[in-house]
Amino acid sequence: MPVFDSVADLIGNTPIVDVSRLSPNPRVRILAKLEGQNPGGSVKDRAARWMIDEAEKDGSLAPGQVILESSSGNTGIAMAMLAKVKGHPFKVVLPENVSEERKQLLEVWGAEIILSPAGEGSNGAMRRAQALAEEHPDWFYSFQYGNPANAKAHRESTGPEIWRDVPEITHFVAGLGTAGTIIGVGSFLKERNPDIEVWAVEPPVGEMVDGLKNFDEGFVPPIFTDGGGEELLSRKTIVRPRESIEWVRRLTEVGIFAGISAGAAMAGAAKCAASIDEGTVVFIVPDAGWKYLSTGAWTDDIDVVEERAKKTIYF
Amino acid sequence: MSVTVRLPTIMRANAGGQSEISAEGSTIGEVIDDIVKQFPGTATHLRAPDGGVHRFVNVYLNDEDVRYLGKLETAVGDGDTVSIVPAVAGG
Repeated sequence: MPVFDSVADLIGNTPIVDVSRLSPNPRVRILAKLEGQNPGGSVKDRAARWMIDEAEKDGSLAPGQVILESSSGNTGIAMAMLAKVKGHPFKVVLPENVSEERKQLLEVWGAEIILSPAGEGSNGAMRRAQALAEEHPDWFYSFQYGNPANAKAHRESTGPEIWRDVPEITHFVAGLGTAGTIIGVGSFLKERNPDIEVWAVEPPVGEMVDGLKNFDEGFVPPIFTDGGGEELLSRKTIVRPRESIEWVRRLTEVGIFAGISAGAAMAGAAKCAASIDEGTVVFIVPDAGWKYLSTGAWTDDIDVVEERAKKTIYF
Repeated sequence: MSVTVRLPTIMRANAGGQSEISAEGSTIGEVIDDIVKQFPGTATHLRAPDGGVHRFVNVYLNDEDVRYLGKLETAVGDGDTVSIVPAVAGG
């Protein structure tokens, strides 16, 4: 193993592990790609690295310039880590209803946290960040939902890694947040083999955001629209908190301690496996379980955990 | 066919404060027509100016987004659940 120059060089090349013991169909393999192995602890390290690198290359981010982003947690944590290493002050707009550990980690990396109302979810955080960006044109606003470098990170790293390690892949399953993973990995894999199906899972966030005044305040990430998301996807499924938590618990049977959104992705992978005759499903484990210990997801009564999860943003 | 329709918070004021209603139809399109017939105030929420579904509205049949099933022609069965959910950001 070489000695690396920077933690940024540790991002990517995450391991894939066979979890077929949990497959509902003995003719379908299920493989988990463990993104919690990234140095910042989540898949978002990739987007953060690419967004910063591309902005440095095209001159939109100057040395020492302030970086602004809105995030429900993982993108913020990844950006905060890299911003600290590269010497940028970092500000993050964060919905107030994220897990305590996410806030603590942002503080570890010295991020300035600007809280936005729980009822407005990630949309509210994004609107606040957009307003701040307009007030402060001297800041660099990375805008993960529309920054092409987000999807590019997955086209150039996650996608090629999966194709290198699992050329027999038939189905790719991942969560849909900014759409960076789905569009980047999905478009890369489809170009290699158009028969590969891309399935998206999403938490019922839309049902939880009760601060939304009307549908005109809704949002579809430009990355999804610009990347031809509707043509790319074969299925899009809501996975409810209870099912996510049940699968996060089952993942411990194969030694995987994963975040709650990984439970949703595993639920999608299992549903996919049950609906096909045979194949190989690869799904993304976005992060490990550390940031969710305070939610009691593994050990508390499932009804209690489910109620808590309905009030928390975990994607 | 009779289905249960789950409404998001922002539509409830136009549906007598209810979070769940019953609607009739054999396809998603017919179910939406029936919702609008029962509660005309929901039309501006659900419909785009061209008559299609509002771009920030996601319609799910038993938790599957109907855009990837058969869109408005997706067949529904008796006792199915249709959820209408605003499209919002995650991540």
